[in-house]
Amino acid sequence: MSAAVSLRDVHKRFGEVEVLKGVSFDVAPGEVVAVIGRSGSGKSTALRCVNRLETIQSGEIEVHGRRVDDPALDLRALRRDVGMVFQSYNLFPHLTVAENITLAPRRVRKTPQSEARHIAVEALARVGLSDKIDAYPEQLSGGQQQRVAIARSLAMQPKVMLFDEVTSALDPHLTGEVLKVMEALARGGMTMLVVTHEMAFARRVADRVIFMHTGKVWETGAGEMLAHPQTPELREFLANGL
Amino acid sequence: MRYKFDFGALVEHWPEFLSGALTTLQMTAFAVVFGLVIGILCAIGRRSASPFLQWLCGFYVETIRNTPYLIQIFFIFFGLSSIGIKLPIFVAAVLTLVINVGAYTAEIVRAGMDTIHPGQIEAAQALGLSQPQIYWDVILRPALERVYPALTSQFVLMMLASSITSQISAEELTAVANNIQSFTFRAFETYIVVAFLYLLLAVILKLAFYGFGQIIFPRRRRLGTAL
Repeated sequence: MSAAVSLRDVHKRFGEVEVLKGVSFDVAPGEVVAVIGRSGSGKSTALRCVNRLETIQSGEIEVHGRRVDDPALDLRALRRDVGMVFQSYNLFPHLTVAENITLAPRRVRKTPQSEARHIAVEALARVGLSDKIDAYPEQLSGGQQQRVAIARSLAMQPKVMLFDEVTSALDPHLTGEVLKVMEALARGGMTMLVVTHEMAFARRVADRVIFMHTGKVWETGAGEMLAHPQTPELREFLANGL
Repeated sequence: MRYKFDFGALVEHWPEFLSGALTTLQMTAFAVVFGLVIGILCAIGRRSASPFLQWLCGFYVETIRNTPYLIQIFFIFFGLSSIGIKLPIFVAAVLTLVINVGAYTAEIVRAGMDTIHPGQIEAAQALGLSQPQIYWDVILRPALERVYPALTSQFVLMMLASSITSQISAEELTAVANNIQSFTFRAFETYIVVAFLYLLLAVILKLAFYGFGQIIFPRRRRLGTAL
């Protein structure tokens, strides 16, 4: 079976700084892959290259058979298939929860208003926030906002979901409620690429963990690898309490 | 020195005052609509990737904001007519107002757009929205909601500044007052009435903008907070 997401020898530079130095990995359909590593290791950049929020200098990226690095790519078609959730939620503050969720279905998929509402109801039920459908983002806690952001992505029925340190701005209690939603998604068979600092989550939920260091995939394995790090860099990273 | 106020002489001129006030309102309405469109397009132009568009919009905005409005009026009305382009007075007056308020609006709208966090735009891109959709739904709408108070007070200022178009004999409120006081020799009373009428127009305009804001910004209506 071909990979849902595949990176081959990906190089990415910001000016003089090379952030990704030949990164390669695959994510199989339905697989949950956690990417861990220090700040500046290139893990978020790698994730952002997958839906082409960043363009790469060389290498290949494929998402469900679609070449992301192809300049002629139908970018919007790619992004319909790839959902993304950000550290800072990025909900649209002037829109209600329902409008946040239905904006992309209405604009991109041309879903009629009545049907869109139904999509919002369903997506909110999946993240446990049905009662907040008509609230505005500022009326929600950080954890609730992040769950709405997840629902907003789900409403586009993506084939792959990218999570970019989605709990880093939350306190432990709110982190818990977001991770629970993500765990349920994972159990439901969603293909997920998760950049995270939550080691317990990576260990418990991820099928595979990738440790990135200085712009390279340094070590990779099942969640167990976190208990038995092979390289001194991973050992040191884990020992520093992250 | 004793002055006897006599407003009686003005009473028979009320239809002229009314027509002047209506002309002022009419000019304001045109200027708000077209000025807003120009302002938005210019704000987008100044943020565009094209250096030429950036320069063009910047040149327009800075030129207008750094020259007197009266000179702009003379430039358009007398300047254009000396090269053979004769505009009707009302059209010339509205045109100068549109050009003037467009430049101020552009800066206000641009300031609003600059407050939109890049993360918002990335989120919209990641959802597959097109560039025009992002501009409309994610940048412009919240930007306008944020700067709406500044925008509407600029429009009220413009309504007041429209009195300067009396200099090219646009038949608006101030020009009407100039006429009336020259017939009646009741300058003090006339300008008291006119000042009151401008005040009234400003209040009406403010109330109208407030009501309109309540309709087009449901978030503000429901929460009552600034975005």
